[in-house]
Amino acid sequence: MNTQGLTAILKNQESSILGSWVDSQLTLSGRRTLDANEVQEQSRSFLSGLSMAVKHGYDDALSGPHWDDVRALLSNLSKNRAIAGFSSSETATFVFSLKQPLFAALRKAYEEDPKALTESMWGVSTMLDKLGLVTIEAYQLGREQVIDRQQQELLDLSTPVIKLWEGIVAVPLIGTLDSERTQVVMESLLEAIVEHEAVVAIIDITGVPTVDTLVAQHLLKTVAAARLMGAECIISGIRPQIAQTIVHLGVELGDVTTKSNLADALRVALKKSNLAIVKLRVATAESA
Amino acid sequence: MEQIPILQLGPFLLVTIQVELHDELAMTLQDDLTTRLAKTGARGVLIDISALEIVDSFIGRALAQIAGISRVMDATTVLTGMRPAVAITLVELGVTLAGIKTALNVDKGMQLLRESLDEPGEAPSPA
Amino acid sequence: MPIRTLEQLHAARRLVLDWATRLEFSSLERTKLVTAASELGRNTLVHGRGGDMTISEVRNDSRPGLELRFEDHGPGITDIEQAMTDGFSTARSLGLGLGGARRLVNEFDIASEPAHGTRITVRQWKRR
Repeated sequence: MNTQGLTAILKNQESSILGSWVDSQLTLSGRRTLDANEVQEQSRSFLSGLSMAVKHGYDDALSGPHWDDVRALLSNLSKNRAIAGFSSSETATFVFSLKQPLFAALRKAYEEDPKALTESMWGVSTMLDKLGLVTIEAYQLGREQVIDRQQQELLDLSTPVIKLWEGIVAVPLIGTLDSERTQVVMESLLEAIVEHEAVVAIIDITGVPTVDTLVAQHLLKTVAAARLMGAECIISGIRPQIAQTIVHLGVELGDVTTKSNLADALRVALKKSNLAIVKLRVATAESA
Repeated sequence: MEQIPILQLGPFLLVTIQVELHDELAMTLQDDLTTRLAKTGARGVLIDISALEIVDSFIGRALAQIAGISRVMDATTVLTGMRPAVAITLVELGVTLAGIKTALNVDKGMQLLRESLDEPGEAPSPA
Repeated sequence: MPIRTLEQLHAARRLVLDWATRLEFSSLERTKLVTAASELGRNTLVHGRGGDMTISEVRNDSRPGLELRFEDHGPGITDIEQAMTDGFSTARSLGLGLGGARRLVNEFDIASEPAHGTRITVRQWKRR
C-alpha cells in the first residue's frame, strides 16, 4: 500500500474525512445514543493515531509502536462500549464507518489514476478490516470481564458469614456447592473467624441438596484449618439423605461435631463459649 | 546473627515472630527457648505467628518439635495468630501440628496458658 | 536460579514471593505457591543434591500465571506414584512432600529418571 500517499491524504483532507465520519457514526447509531462530543473526540484521536501509524509504515501484522497505540485506543474504546451495553457490531461500526469517507477522499485524490485508486482502496479496506477485528476482539474481552465480575459478585453475595454472638459465627450454605464456591466459602469463613475473634464457627448445610466427595473434603479441610487457627467448627443441618451419602461415600468425619439443625448447633456453640441463654422469670402481678 | 527475642511474662515465655522464619533461625529459636525454659522454669510458651506469611512443612515440624521439647520440660505451648492462608496451606500439606494448642490471638492464647496451669495435678495458682 | 545451599533456597523463595506479589496474586494463592516452592526447592536441595529453579510468567488466554521449574541431576525417584501419595495427616513426613505440594498448585508435572535426575514443573494461575 502506498503509505506516503495515504499519509498525505489523511493530512490534507483530515477535516472533511473527520466530519463525514462523525456524521455517519451518529446517524448509524440507531437505538443507542452516542454523545456527539465523545464521538468527535474519539474519532479525532483515532484518525491522528492512524495517520501517525501509517506514516511510519504499514505491514500485514500491523506491527510497531504506533500501531500498538492505535490498537490500545481501539481496545479502550471497545471495552468502554461493551461495558456501556453496546453490541459488538455497533462497536465495530466505529471502524467500518470510516471506510466510506476514506474511500471518498481516495477517489478525490486519485481521480486521474484508476490503478492507484484501486490499489489504495484495497489497501485501506484490508487495513480497516484488520482494525475492525481488533475492535471486536477487544469488545469480547470487555464482555468477558463484565461476566467475570458479575460471577464474582454472585459468589460473594451467596456466601455471607454471620456473627451470631460474641465469638460465634455461622455461614449458611445454600444451593449446590461446586469446588470453587466451596473454596470461597472456606476463605470467607476463616477470615470472618479472625475478624470476629470467633472460637466457634457453625457451617449450616440445610440448604445444600447434595454433598459429594469433593465438597465433603473441602468442608473437612475447612474444619481442620479453623482448628489450626484456634477455632472449632460445628456442621449443622445434616439431613438424613446427606448423612447416608456421607457414610456411603466413606467420608470420615472424624471428631467433627455435627448437629441436625442450627438451633442445636447454637446450643453447643454457646456451651463451648461458656455462655448460656436463660429464661427470665416473668414478674407476677403481686410483685409489680 | 538474627535472633528472635523471647520475653518473660510471669510464668510464661512469649515469642513474637516478626520476620520470615528461615531454617537456621527456627533452629536457633528452638535452642534459645530450650535454654530459657530451663533457666526460668517457665510453665508455658506462647508463640505468635500472626506476622508469618509462609509456613512450610519444615517450619511446621520445627514448631511441633518446640512443643514436644516444652512438654518434656513441663511447659504448655500455644500457637497464636495463624493466618487463614497459612492454615489452609498447612492443611493441604497434611501438617496437623497435633499436640500444639492454638488460639486466635495473644489474648486468648494467654487465657489458654492460664487455664493449663490449673489443670488437675497442679497446685491451683492464685487468680 | 541455583538451589545448592540453604541460603539459595531462601532466596528462591523470596523471589517467588516477589513475583507473585508483583502479579497481584491473592494472599491465599501467593501463600500456596511460595509454600509449594519451598517444599519443592527443599526437595531439590536435599534429595536432588542441589539443582536449579526457573521462574517465568505465563498466560492462559488472558489469565496471567507463574510457572516454576525445579530441575536436578540427582538420584531421581524410582517410584513416582508412591512418592506422590502420602497419608493426609503425616505429621512425621520427612518424605518428599510432593503430594502436598501438588495440592497447593493448579498444575503439576513431574518427570524423573533413576540416576539421572528429576524435573518438576508447576503452574499457578491468578484467580479472576
